[in-house]
Amino acid sequence: MPSVKIKKLLVFYEQMLLIRRFEEAAAKAYALGKIKGFCHLYIGQEAVAVGAMGALEKQDYVVSTYRDHGHALARGLSARECMAELYGKVTGCSKGLGGSMHFFDRARHFMGGHGIVGGHIPIACGIAFGSRYKRERAVTLCFMGDGAVNIGGFHEGLTFAALWNLPVVFIVENNLYSMGTPLYRHLPLEDISVKGKSYGMHSVRVETYDVWEFHEVVREAVNRARSQNEPTLIEAVTYRYRGHSMSDPAKYRPPSELERKKELDAIELCAKTLLEEGIPTTELEEIQKKVKEIVDDAVAFAESSDFPPVSLLHQYTYVNP
Amino acid sequence: MPTVTVREALNQALDEEMARDRRVFIIGEEVGHYNGPYKVTQGLLAKYGEDRVLDTPIAEEGFAGIGIGAALVGLRPVVEFMTWNFSLVALDQIVNNAAKIRYMSGGQFELPIVFRGPQGAGGALAAQHSQIFENYYAYVPGLKVVAGGTAKDMKGLLKAAIRDDDPVIFLESEKMYNLSGEIPEGEYLIPIGKADVKKEGTDLTLIAWGLTLTYALQAAHEMEKEKISVEVVDPRTLRPLDLSTILASVAKTHRVLIVQEAWPIASFGEHIAYLIQKEAFDELDAPVEILSSEDVPMPYAFPLEELVLPNVAKIQAHIRHMLS
Repeated sequence: MPSVKIKKLLVFYEQMLLIRRFEEAAAKAYALGKIKGFCHLYIGQEAVAVGAMGALEKQDYVVSTYRDHGHALARGLSARECMAELYGKVTGCSKGLGGSMHFFDRARHFMGGHGIVGGHIPIACGIAFGSRYKRERAVTLCFMGDGAVNIGGFHEGLTFAALWNLPVVFIVENNLYSMGTPLYRHLPLEDISVKGKSYGMHSVRVETYDVWEFHEVVREAVNRARSQNEPTLIEAVTYRYRGHSMSDPAKYRPPSELERKKELDAIELCAKTLLEEGIPTTELEEIQKKVKEIVDDAVAFAESSDFPPVSLLHQYTYVNP
Repeated sequence: MPTVTVREALNQALDEEMARDRRVFIIGEEVGHYNGPYKVTQGLLAKYGEDRVLDTPIAEEGFAGIGIGAALVGLRPVVEFMTWNFSLVALDQIVNNAAKIRYMSGGQFELPIVFRGPQGAGGALAAQHSQIFENYYAYVPGLKVVAGGTAKDMKGLLKAAIRDDDPVIFLESEKMYNLSGEIPEGEYLIPIGKADVKKEGTDLTLIAWGLTLTYALQAAHEMEKEKISVEVVDPRTLRPLDLSTILASVAKTHRVLIVQEAWPIASFGEHIAYLIQKEAFDELDAPVEILSSEDVPMPYAFPLEELVLPNVAKIQAHIRHMLS
């Protein structure tokens, strides 16, 4: 009988693999012109979303950025509704009105998909405030990239979180690039977690590709937010394998950086751990097969779904026009 | 009917809605312990406590966003901007989040939030603290924009705004807070999106909202002495706009003067003028005219400030000119 940890790690493995294969399928559909607009892939960063989401309960909230596919899948949105959203179809998680950058799922407390860098950070604080006001014992997880830590919304959001002891955990996914600009050219610090400390909140820098290790860090922060209403900033040092968006060939990377980072791949590391723990290769192959089927099914579902009818064009501008 | 100031009317609206619905809370700078920069929230902290009347740091983007997030989870925030001039640093929150989240989530969320505070000239406050921004917000689909002009209307409109499930921009004026007016006994609401004919007349229609409504009414009454009959239409809400009430008045008087405190270019008055010429071209005996503020940043020197703003005498002169 595998331990509780190994069972959970198997789930993490499947989720990370799902994100990877989903994003690869999205890239392919994008190249075929089936998906348009901005499309920011999460490949390489899977351990962050999956490790973090694994620490949440049902009543908790997630606030994401425009790089939201991985967060949404890790939170439990189906590959079908996510892929359909990329295709702009009415069966998508935002009925095709949001697109890649604006995934929402009220039922799963997935509170968007936000396209203005840093603007979602005060929103996350408001959700945390509101959930505490309603005594929900919910924690809000707010993701952002390293490129978000210089903008005003970061400063004001963290100020409120610390000042009002809001049950929120900020996860800064430091993938070393703010769009196409490397960290050393956009931040006068190497260690982003220093910023969290300056607001008087718990702040920690985690540099790991071990999904379990990252999960433990988030779990501690989530528990603290839930039981003591204390916010935390977690800097997750990670790496994205693709460009900032589909239109970015990422030529600004130093030679061999990508290859070096790929050697640390979180999904391969997780598979290695599972094999070492005695999980048979066949079980991992079963998971790989299952994930492929889920993604193939999602693509077929998106392909065969309809675009939103014209009647939806004006329907959601107001509740009462 | 009791007579109250606009300040008291707004305070009553907040008090009644907070008593009625625990989801309603107030957030802004100095709304609590200081009792409000303009005393609109006076006494509410003592009555409802710090959980529901929240003083914030000077961080408009932050607390506007807090309000939006709280609205997403079912609360009904009233966000006070000390003045709308400061809302510019929260413009991203209002335009990109409050006005968009419902739409881009495919209708999954309601945003029952009110942003309120004074706009326009307060008197010798110079260029950064004397501006009208109603057109900035009326431009944005997803927002409602309310600009009442009397104590009665503002109380009923604010209560309706708080109960509305969409984001509402609620515009006041520092110069209006001390204006008195009669209000009905007991509870009442003024629906959002309904204009009101404040004075009947036959020769010319004056359209004015917010502070300039007071000037327009005064000018209209003065014109009676000159045997000129002016009708005054108060839209009360800019978005949604009750165009049919305006058009009915145009069909009666065939002449229109719009009076606004805003600058002239790309202003809300220009939008109304466009709609009138489009929908009632044949009814017009003369071009629709607009009396606005002068097209300059507000000077500090008070005699110059007076030259910039619309007033009763300017409205009267404009009416005489249009009817000569």
